[in-house]
Amino acid sequence: MAFRKEKKILLRNLGADNPVFVQVLGICSTLAVTNVVKNTLVMCLGLVFTLTLSNASVSALRKWIPSRVRMMVEVLIIACYVIIVDIVLKAYLPDTSRQLGPYVGLIITNCIIMGRAEAFALTNPPWLSAVDGFSAGIGYSYVLLSISAFREILGSGTFWGYTVVWEGWTNWSIMVMAPGAFFMLAIFIWIVKGLILKETEN
Amino acid sequence: MEAFGATFAIFFSAVFTNNILLTNYLGMCSFLGASREIKTATGLGTAVIFVMTATSALNWIVYHAILVPLKLEYLRFIVFIIVIAAFVQIVEMIIERVSDRLYIALGIFLPLITVNCAILGATLFMVIREYTFAAGVAYGLGGGVGWTLAIIAMAGIRQSMTKARVPKGLEGAGITLIIAGIMALAFMGFNGMIR
Repeated sequence: MAFRKEKKILLRNLGADNPVFVQVLGICSTLAVTNVVKNTLVMCLGLVFTLTLSNASVSALRKWIPSRVRMMVEVLIIACYVIIVDIVLKAYLPDTSRQLGPYVGLIITNCIIMGRAEAFALTNPPWLSAVDGFSAGIGYSYVLLSISAFREILGSGTFWGYTVVWEGWTNWSIMVMAPGAFFMLAIFIWIVKGLILKETEN
Repeated sequence: MEAFGATFAIFFSAVFTNNILLTNYLGMCSFLGASREIKTATGLGTAVIFVMTATSALNWIVYHAILVPLKLEYLRFIVFIIVIAAFVQIVEMIIERVSDRLYIALGIFLPLITVNCAILGATLFMVIREYTFAAGVAYGLGGGVGWTLAIIAMAGIRQSMTKARVPKGLEGAGITLIIAGIMALAFMGFNGMIR
């Protein structure tokens, strides 16, 4: 019972308030990195890390941040954590870091982080904000990972770099290109919304 | 003349073949949010062109004149975002003083632009591809023009779509993404125009 609030936040961010398919936030990176599962996972870990800690930090500092410059302060806090992610990636996963290119830096302007800071961290204590950030990050990650799994299997016939399709399979090369990402996300939103709509009708 | 040709090629490819929105997926959030009406889309687009060109130039100077000599490249994210946010703030203040009409037309969009990933994205691409100053500015301008082109086209389509019947689950974001996908397909037709 002690963790009721935490559980509520967690469930809300995974389902009914999911950042990607309900609020449609942060999809720049959703689309850009999801053609390969491995890159997506790295990107998601970076985002969860940044989102959790920046949400907690913003919340810890919320009483001292003047409201006029709060966007500035939030962006700076976020940028600090993204720099850490970037340096770690460069040191341990140089290949992935090169492939992701500017998209690691673009975590800074990922609307989810800003959105959670504005909507949650400014009015809630640090621990709950960390939970909120973490769960929003997970909610974002599982959508991304499932999209990337489809795109990699259909588009390149591989999963995590290993071939998974039978001989004679033709790659749907559109899936790894830009339009495929748009279509895939739209279909995903459609399916999920269809399920949610049905639930609320019942 | 050769240098001019190369710079123009960068501009052209940023507008068409490598459209920052449709092939690099940058600035999607505001793209989905502000593409309901042509008027809003045009206002936001104009502001993006202006800010993107200016911040590309500013960030190029800051990066090559300050960060590289001091070996502070790892601080670039934070420096770039500060430059962008400060620039947007200053422009907003100037516009507010100089012209009321301009402020009403553009002012409300400026705060949105700080967190528009396309602006930061243009700067980061410029730095990673090691463009010269002229090329960087051309890329910024081209990126802005390309983004504006895409959002105005989208707003036009969405305006005439209000009468169409869309499956319930696809209303809003879903159908917009599908249109964006079709637009991306169309823009792929420009591939091969630039080697």
